[in-house]
Amino acid sequence: MAARFVGEKRWRGFEQRQQPPRSTLIALVLASATLMVLDQQTGDSSPLEPVRSVVGEAFAPVEAVTSTAVRPFTAVPTWFRSKSDLRREISDLEAENASLRATVATSAFDANTLAEFESLTAAASDLGRALVPARVIGHGAAQSFSRTVTIDAGSSAGLAPDMTVVNSDGLVGRVLRVTPNTATVLLILDPESVVGGRIGESMEVGFLKGHGILGREGRLDLELLDQKLVPAKGDTVVTWGSDGAGPYVPGIPVGQVSDVFASVREQSHRAVIVPFVNFSALDVVGVVVAADTTSDRALVRADGKIG
Amino acid sequence: MNALRALVGLVAVVVALGLQTSLFPHLAWNGVVPNLVLLVVVAAALTRGPQFAVLLGFTAGVLMDLVPPADHLAGRWALALVVVAWIAGRMRSETRPSVPMVVATVAASSFVGTSVFALTGLLLRDPAIGVTEMLGVIAVALVWDLVLTPVVLPLMMRLFDGIPERGAERVRI
Repeated sequence: MAARFVGEKRWRGFEQRQQPPRSTLIALVLASATLMVLDQQTGDSSPLEPVRSVVGEAFAPVEAVTSTAVRPFTAVPTWFRSKSDLRREISDLEAENASLRATVATSAFDANTLAEFESLTAAASDLGRALVPARVIGHGAAQSFSRTVTIDAGSSAGLAPDMTVVNSDGLVGRVLRVTPNTATVLLILDPESVVGGRIGESMEVGFLKGHGILGREGRLDLELLDQKLVPAKGDTVVTWGSDGAGPYVPGIPVGQVSDVFASVREQSHRAVIVPFVNFSALDVVGVVVAADTTSDRALVRADGKIG
Repeated sequence: MNALRALVGLVAVVVALGLQTSLFPHLAWNGVVPNLVLLVVVAAALTRGPQFAVLLGFTAGVLMDLVPPADHLAGRWALALVVVAWIAGRMRSETRPSVPMVVATVAASSFVGTSVFALTGLLLRDPAIGVTEMLGVIAVALVWDLVLTPVVLPLMMRLFDGIPERGAERVRI
């Protein structure tokens, strides 16, 4: 009994029974509502955009430090692999190494940096576009019902909103907003994301929409403009955009048709696309920029060279 | 309002938010991560009551709304966390809260928090998401928050409880 009493005494929750702060509650609820309405009504010219930029810039070191500390551990799942898997990978890597060594020998660039961004340089020369290399340092929670990530390059690296973000596998998303040293990227998986897509085999165009947030892996829905057309399983989809006009540059690989569903009611077909990019393991990405961009870091040039 | 307590609360929120955006996405189930910021606010509410908790909840919510890669309307998490702080603060009892009480409070807070956020999204048509999918996310988030409760809540409650009131002597055993 005595022990219980001491325990209760140590708990200093109710030293003075405070009046429930109803006025504070109402004030804060109204403040939240004001923020929401302000942000919604003003749209892109929202007075909160500069605040977002300042907060993002201030918070970037926290995200950068955490993700740097975490990065060695994200490789842990790859330790649990079978021997034959690893053998195959070794032979693949040896072949890749040999070709890369040839590249390194011809380039004056520091070999370490090249190794880090090797896949990106390959992507740049495949796509024929200049890329600003960047790393993903923060992921948005699905509780916020959107799929966004933060990268560690911003306006001082030459980034601007609506630029296309890719990695070595394909299209990642587009830049939503930038601060001097970070940028927020809307992934193509986001339910609000719409990408113009073109089926590589038939050159038919349509719209790719994010499938939503849950589901075992990221999926995209493709709706073709020509509703009579049925996409074939295994067809590849690339972006259908135009340089300078839209957020997505054309010809970036997006994914492959995995399933086709017929919608009887709408007399059209809905194709499910498996993206080439593994969104759960995003790390090094590249932002497509104009070749003459001035940047605080080395650009990956369209010919795969760095400088 | 003790300045030291406010500072500790703010630091705890920043650390929680950092872990939430950069560490837990690697462990996330379909992108749903434990809402550590919400757990910090609940801990503050259970130890310090609603007055302190609503203020901390509002600050933490605004941070969650503005820190990249957030892309929703600002104020939505702020509202959700103010409501959570209020409810959790009302659950505070005269004695040290028992384990089932803390777990029940976290569960209720997580459900209410994510739901309020989702509902404001529906009202404002912010992201157009199906209700079933929302319920799925809310359920997974609830499980995540409960899993992290034994680690985060005792730590945070001890932290908030350890800062003495102004002018009040710490009672020693």
